[in-house]
Amino acid sequence: VVASLRQHTNNQERQNFNLSFHAHRAGILDTVDAQKIAFLLRKAWTLYSVTPLFRFHRARLTEYARLLSAFIAAEKRKGLAVEVGVELDIKVALTSLADLRGSELDQAALLVQLSSRSQASSRNSEDKLVWSGWFCSMFGDDFSENVLEDFTCLPLFLSHGAESYTTLVGSWFQKTFDCCFRRLAISPLNLSWMVAMWAGCKLDRAASAVELVFSVPCLSQPLDISYAIHPEDAKALWDTVQKTPGEITQEEVDVFMDCLYAHFHRHFKIHLSATKLVKVSTAVASAHCDGIVKILHSQYLPGVLMLLTELAISQIQ
Amino acid sequence: QKLAEAILQEKKDFNISIHLARSLPLPSERDHLRPRIDLIVFMIDIKSKYSLKNVETSLAYVDASFFLGKVCFLVTGVGRVNACSIDTNAVCKLGEAYCSPVLFCELELEGVRGATAQRLLRILQICAGHIPGVSALSFVSLMRKSDVD
Repeated sequence: VVASLRQHTNNQERQNFNLSFHAHRAGILDTVDAQKIAFLLRKAWTLYSVTPLFRFHRARLTEYARLLSAFIAAEKRKGLAVEVGVELDIKVALTSLADLRGSELDQAALLVQLSSRSQASSRNSEDKLVWSGWFCSMFGDDFSENVLEDFTCLPLFLSHGAESYTTLVGSWFQKTFDCCFRRLAISPLNLSWMVAMWAGCKLDRAASAVELVFSVPCLSQPLDISYAIHPEDAKALWDTVQKTPGEITQEEVDVFMDCLYAHFHRHFKIHLSATKLVKVSTAVASAHCDGIVKILHSQYLPGVLMLLTELAISQIQ
Repeated sequence: QKLAEAILQEKKDFNISIHLARSLPLPSERDHLRPRIDLIVFMIDIKSKYSLKNVETSLAYVDASFFLGKVCFLVTGVGRVNACSIDTNAVCKLGEAYCSPVLFCELELEGVRGATAQRLLRILQICAGHIPGVSALSFVSLMRKSDVD
């Protein structure tokens, strides 16, 4: 009996993660209003992988919004109250984000927003955004190629807000479009790819430190180790390691991480390679192994989304 | 540790002694007391890059004759893909470089642990020459062919 190991995204010898090239292809830098995607930045998004949606029609967004709104109201009446005390009227908005996609083969991103308007207030006060979630596919071409006609591929789902709302929205989508949501966890191996890639990004303004957080196993009291590196040092290290611009190999990521581990060991006599890497933070983005990311820089948004899309697809397959 | 116990618990008709070591080389003081070594199992924890590095450095201390079928790599912890800190391709390449089989298992599960113990026992029997007609070297090339298929 041999347990079979799922294939990782990094099983190819060379990966083309040329971030600026793809951003240009996507046209995001030029055409999309920075205002429009500002809502994506600096928020902690919880990641899910989503299987293709069956018979989803983009023309019917208003209808879907109405149905979802009714569903949420019905669930609240059933007693699955999300907010205790105050009676909240939840308004649902579904919007298509036409520019938020990688290639022409990608489906445009779909944004779901839940806003509340307190019934207690008589005047038309502004709606307060209580929850947002969006589906997207950034260069998920390989995946959508093999899919049948009636299916819409949007493998990555990101949510921000109370988990109870995520569950409600998720179960409505699952029931309506026969898809399946799963939390997307990020392995230490994938986190090390992210920190290597992102630490090497060129940034025009001063960057924040590169931070890695490790959790030490097998101790009576859990211990977290935080390792902060000056961003310029990290970038300089990556520049000496990376051989071909626009291409990253597993070996290069290993060398980068080994240098960081060796440096730490020299000073503290602790083998970080025996611990679990749980979180990485750079000026571009930060990611946690539980599947929570924060994107901080609009220029590299497509690159980050592309990597996350790939992780989502590999979890589905 | 638990794997060693599982191996000892398996029904067999010969004596086994198991020596657990964190790394090689083994301390030289006990060389003369040591029985013949039939099989070396290098254990790599998929959650710890350190364990892979440790194995890589320990390999240097193994006499070349062992690599004719008396070495095997055991990758543990594969039940949790999301805690993976090692690139499995690197491990498979290591196995290829040293002409030794790579087995994957999850020691936390009793069932898999028992099955792994059985497998290792079988390999050990072949390496010790207890199975007539099958030598360690021929067994390894058999395993390698089935991997490729």
